[in-house]
Amino acid sequence: MGSGHQSAGVVVVTGVSRYLGAHVAGRLRADPRVGHVIGLDAAPPPADLAPVLDGVELVHVDLTRLTTVIDHLAAQTVVHLGVVTAPDPSAGGRAAMKEQNVIGTMRLLAACHQAPRLRKLVVRSSTAAYGASFRDPAVFTEDAEPLEVPRGGFARDILDIEGYVRGFRRRRTDVTTTVLRLAPLIGSAADTTLTRYFTQPVVPTVLGRDPRLQFIHVDDALDILHRAVVEDHPGTYNVAGAGALTLSQAIRRAGRIAVPVPEQALSAVAATARRFGRQGPAFDQLDLFVHGRVVDTGRLVTEFGVTPRTTAEAFADFLRANRGRAPLARGRVLAAERALLTVRERIRSARGTG
Amino acid sequence: MSGSTAAPAGGDRVTAALAWLRRRLTGEYEVDEFGFDPDLAQRVFLPTLRPLYRHWFRTELIGADRLPARGPALVVANHSGTVALDALMLAVGVHDATGRHLRLLGADFVFRTPVVSELARKAGVTLACHADAERLLRSGQLVGVFPEGVKGVGKLYRDRYRLQRFGRGGFVAAALRTGSPIVPVAIVGAEEIYPRIGDIRPLARLLGIPYFPVTPAFPWLGPLGLIPLPSKWLIEIGEPIDTRERTGDADDPLLVFNLADQVLETIQQALHRLLRQRPDPFGW
Repeated sequence: MGSGHQSAGVVVVTGVSRYLGAHVAGRLRADPRVGHVIGLDAAPPPADLAPVLDGVELVHVDLTRLTTVIDHLAAQTVVHLGVVTAPDPSAGGRAAMKEQNVIGTMRLLAACHQAPRLRKLVVRSSTAAYGASFRDPAVFTEDAEPLEVPRGGFARDILDIEGYVRGFRRRRTDVTTTVLRLAPLIGSAADTTLTRYFTQPVVPTVLGRDPRLQFIHVDDALDILHRAVVEDHPGTYNVAGAGALTLSQAIRRAGRIAVPVPEQALSAVAATARRFGRQGPAFDQLDLFVHGRVVDTGRLVTEFGVTPRTTAEAFADFLRANRGRAPLARGRVLAAERALLTVRERIRSARGTG
Repeated sequence: MSGSTAAPAGGDRVTAALAWLRRRLTGEYEVDEFGFDPDLAQRVFLPTLRPLYRHWFRTELIGADRLPARGPALVVANHSGTVALDALMLAVGVHDATGRHLRLLGADFVFRTPVVSELARKAGVTLACHADAERLLRSGQLVGVFPEGVKGVGKLYRDRYRLQRFGRGGFVAAALRTGSPIVPVAIVGAEEIYPRIGDIRPLARLLGIPYFPVTPAFPWLGPLGLIPLPSKWLIEIGEPIDTRERTGDADDPLLVFNLADQVLETIQQALHRLLRQRPDPFGW
């Protein structure tokens, strides 16, 4: 149960060269309950994240070559955010992503296993852990098992990561282990494959499918990750905004135009993109756009005592910051409606006088 | 998001229709976590099905007052008709009698099929599985289930009005676990709409559907064969079975089977009674 406001001691955060890692490390640094914050990443943080990391000790190590660093740093808490959600063609593509996610987590957990002072482990997972099947329930609770292995690389990595965490949990029962399954991140500051998708004027969808989507607002995700470190919440939690939007509804709210494409065509493009290591519609996206994904957040709300912004609210906040080139913006639809009504009024009055 | 801000004034039908169209185009409607779109159901699906219910099948709903006005209930009915029109007609009947939406449970092939899957979700259908059934019941919904499943809809015309096995009785466990009453429903009329006399197996396998029906009119008459025969329909709502005191029985397979058999027997008897009330399947 969530209280335990004791000092979290030395906290090691992985993946601090990315948005989520940098901001979690920054928030922990500003929290008086946290002793010392050390950020791990193979690459130095980009210029825009450097101010966020002010006061955080940075250690440049590659997770995939990690040995005993966790114990050397005297870590009492490890927050594993060094999980890559989409391949970066300029940084080795899918192969590097898998190396980082799977081997990186394996090495990190092996190092954690060898760290007797470790008291807490927080791992960023994803709702992709539920896989994608037509026999899935509409709403996943944390105990749902994936029925089919997903096609997407990220989803497969997540299954591996959670497998390693389960093994770690069994061996180190003295460590409070929290797994947070995050829904896709959205918000005014989020920049992900999905947010880039919604800012294009014309967006491809899968013909004959209108999946239910769920988002978590970035700020709520940061708050929950922060709480998982400074409070005690052992277990696995879905982290998402309650409710759902269908893809078509989200596209309409964004004022974008949907272009339905047959699934076979999209798979072929995704397969080609995967083979040549190029960025494009990945199988992760395709699985999501065929099956949709909605999770139950009851456990998060009762155990953490927080209610994140609903999916609709989080999406609305994202839209406020990303109006951009919206061909079917609400204002235009309203104007068209008014124009039609004016035309009708004119015809009516013309008939009345004539 | 309220659609009223700066909306053009006027109270007539064209104005209302345009305002509705604008709300649809800008996504200003609500969808629940199952994908149910009540606005679309109310304004498109139900009005489309209602003429079929009232004028084509001349449906009579008997004992509508036995449907609970609020709170959860599991509506259990017999299934037939080659195409699951009976589920849709029951949803129309229940809605028009109580104002409540019947949340139907569908087979997984419904969700496998593009277009159909999305129409089903928007109409409030979800997968027939424990998790979804119990979640809907816990949120106080009226849930409709056809435990015969594909065996029921897909049976041959000569087997009409003979109930098939009630699956594994999973629906009973869902009702027991949530303490929801079970409402048995007998539907007469759906068996005659597409009297199935055969099956083209290879075509069914090719299309990934449970069977490819052959009726006296389909596929011989092409699209004309898709028109359901105008049989006379009777839907009888039975006495609800209270399960509140029996929550612990859900884990006892024998008790679950017994209750499933009891529901099946009740529906079978109601079917025999209704068939005597309706000597001519195509009468008025």
